[in-house]
Amino acid sequence: MRFRDHEVVGDVLELAQRYRDEGADELVLYDITASPEGRCVDREWVRRVAEVLDIPFCVAGGIRSVGDAEAALHAGADKISVNSPALDDPSLIDELSIRFGSQCVVVGIDSQRTIRGFRAWQWSGDPRRARDSGRAVLGWVHEAQQRGAGEIVLNCIANDGGRRGYDLEQLAAARSICHVPLVASGGAGAVGHFTEVFREARVDGALAAGVFHSGHIRIPALKRELRAAGIAVRLP
Amino acid sequence: MKEVVIVDSGGANLGSLEYALQRAGAKARMTREASEIGSASHVVLPGVGAAANAMQRLRSAGLTTTLALLTQPVLGICLGMQLLFRDSEEGPTECLGVLPDTVRRIHGAPGRPVPHMGWNQVKSNRDDPLLEGLGREPYAYFVHSYAACVSDVTLAHTDYGKPLSAVVRHGNFCGTQFHPERSGTTGARVLENFLRL
Repeated sequence: MRFRDHEVVGDVLELAQRYRDEGADELVLYDITASPEGRCVDREWVRRVAEVLDIPFCVAGGIRSVGDAEAALHAGADKISVNSPALDDPSLIDELSIRFGSQCVVVGIDSQRTIRGFRAWQWSGDPRRARDSGRAVLGWVHEAQQRGAGEIVLNCIANDGGRRGYDLEQLAAARSICHVPLVASGGAGAVGHFTEVFREARVDGALAAGVFHSGHIRIPALKRELRAAGIAVRLP
Repeated sequence: MKEVVIVDSGGANLGSLEYALQRAGAKARMTREASEIGSASHVVLPGVGAAANAMQRLRSAGLTTTLALLTQPVLGICLGMQLLFRDSEEGPTECLGVLPDTVRRIHGAPGRPVPHMGWNQVKSNRDDPLLEGLGREPYAYFVHSYAACVSDVTLAHTDYGKPLSAVVRHGNFCGTQFHPERSGTTGARVLENFLRL
């Protein structure tokens, strides 16, 4: 879920509860413009979500210090996800995992296809500032784990919003070197895309936003189909 | 209204738990006062962090004897459940000792990382009012690196390499290794059941 303006907080709370009722296993609250704008995700928002939600949730957006992470966790988040600031200062991952334990430190990676291969993209929440961090994605997946990441969310930007399926090849490559939970992101457009990403890329989780927000895919039907396909899922 | 207290030994975020108890119909107060804990109808012992550290905080607050002698329903959650046991390898440290046995580190394996984190199925070992209405092998949300083996006090277990205690009970002392405040309908029902004890 992406949130930005305070006016839509009602919608976020409503949406959070709807997804919870429908059987989402975890919610990620993205404040995608926080990093490019030099802000941190609003802790009052986190608190209000924590008040109504009884499934785990992760907060992402502008967390660039132990203090920022502490504020989000104390407001009730279960995990915090870092992306652009960790590319600037990778030791942020070490500091967070030492302070809070790797189980609540997620490293989000926006992967972009370039002529030099897949690169970790920075500030992708703002088209004017988005840029190549200079790091190859697989190298960064490896380093993030070494530094204490407890989970990796690999968002394949080229697929994001296209609804043509997850980038199976890239996710499978990441899987082969990722020993912590790996979550696929970017490209979900049909139930079959979820089935194939679990089967073929052997990811631990699949993240989607647009198709759920629009109602294009309903979580209960999705989970029933996954279970029918032999993939272990929780049906609430 | 039930007089529920959450033992606040410092350091942890207890907001989520407080909200979950509110949703289950209880007004929960956080306290580290022995007298308030003693007079509560129900006591919840949460725990975040490491066992030795948490025991040290309970000792400095002068709460270990108070807690061990409680006669009203007590619910230890996650590390809070582990603290009810005799001792823990995490430290190692002596714990409250109201349940027998030692809490041990989970052994990881490829495809089975430690900490064990995520939704896992809870399988009943024996019936108890605490587990009423949960349905067959419901999912609950776990985050832990240490665990208690299945023993006489185990009401339900979860499989992670081997069976681990997921819900325990001995008289008035109950515990869940999973986080009921983050386990959706299953967790909510466990909290409601606890409040009815």
